[in-house]
Amino acid sequence: MTIPSIPPAAYLIVGAILFAIGAIGVLTRRNGIIVFMSIELMLNSVNVSLITFSHALNSMDGILFVFFVMAVSAAEAGVGLAIFVQLYRTKETINVDEINLMRW
Amino acid sequence: MFEQNISIIFQWLIFLGTASFAILASILMVTRRNPIHSALFLIFTFLCTAVLFLLLESPFIAIIQVLVYAGAIMMLIVFVIMLLELEKELRSPLKISFSKGIGVLTVLLTMLGLFFAVFAGPKGASGEYTSEKVSQLGSIKVVGKLLFTEYLLPFEIVSILLLAAIVGAIVLVKPRPFGRE
Repeated sequence: MTIPSIPPAAYLIVGAILFAIGAIGVLTRRNGIIVFMSIELMLNSVNVSLITFSHALNSMDGILFVFFVMAVSAAEAGVGLAIFVQLYRTKETINVDEINLMRW
Repeated sequence: MFEQNISIIFQWLIFLGTASFAILASILMVTRRNPIHSALFLIFTFLCTAVLFLLLESPFIAIIQVLVYAGAIMMLIVFVIMLLELEKELRSPLKISFSKGIGVLTVLLTMLGLFFAVFAGPKGASGEYTSEKVSQLGSIKVVGKLLFTEYLLPFEIVSILLLAAIVGAIVLVKPRPFGRE
């Protein structure tokens, strides 16, 4: 009797659950930095799905895409955190409900 | 036969352990009030997903995950949390409102939709890079070759994007208040 190896659906379910938790964090938390960390968690869960597809379909394209997603999220981290520091200097808060500079 | 079963049993144990720890740590990340605790739980989630990448036979991405996500990006976030005085946010309780409830409900419905999509299974044309071929050639060699032939244009665009991010971050944090004309 052989035990079946781990199906790709199991990894995809883990990715879906992590994505949902990240989305809940973005929608419910009001601290800007925790919203930012939730977005990073969502990007990471999509990486899990991409690697799973790449492994299941014998392709390298998923791995290359994960590489580019990581580069984009690193750029996003640099600029986003600089914006938070500048917002804190001018408005003394990073609560996303109180930041309404662009509202008309 | 027996040795194969043992290796698959260990793969299942590692998978179930890391997956449940990743989900638990991400739930704790979303619910903690102190941002430093959230950041530490997020680092733990990233390490768990790095182990999942190792189970999926992509060691290059697992190492990059630990270096870039758990190392560089989280270090940046922890530094910014330490720079900002977040005493007021720490003292304010977590508010539960009607709109947040609707948001959570929508996300849970989306998750159910994703589950239904998952059970259809990955469909598509199978590629040429089987795991035997990749392990024979070397994972990093294959990634590097593709990066400099087929994916050369996106690679160059990413380099310009990173340069723009460096310049943008420096320009943004220059000591110059927003409101002054």
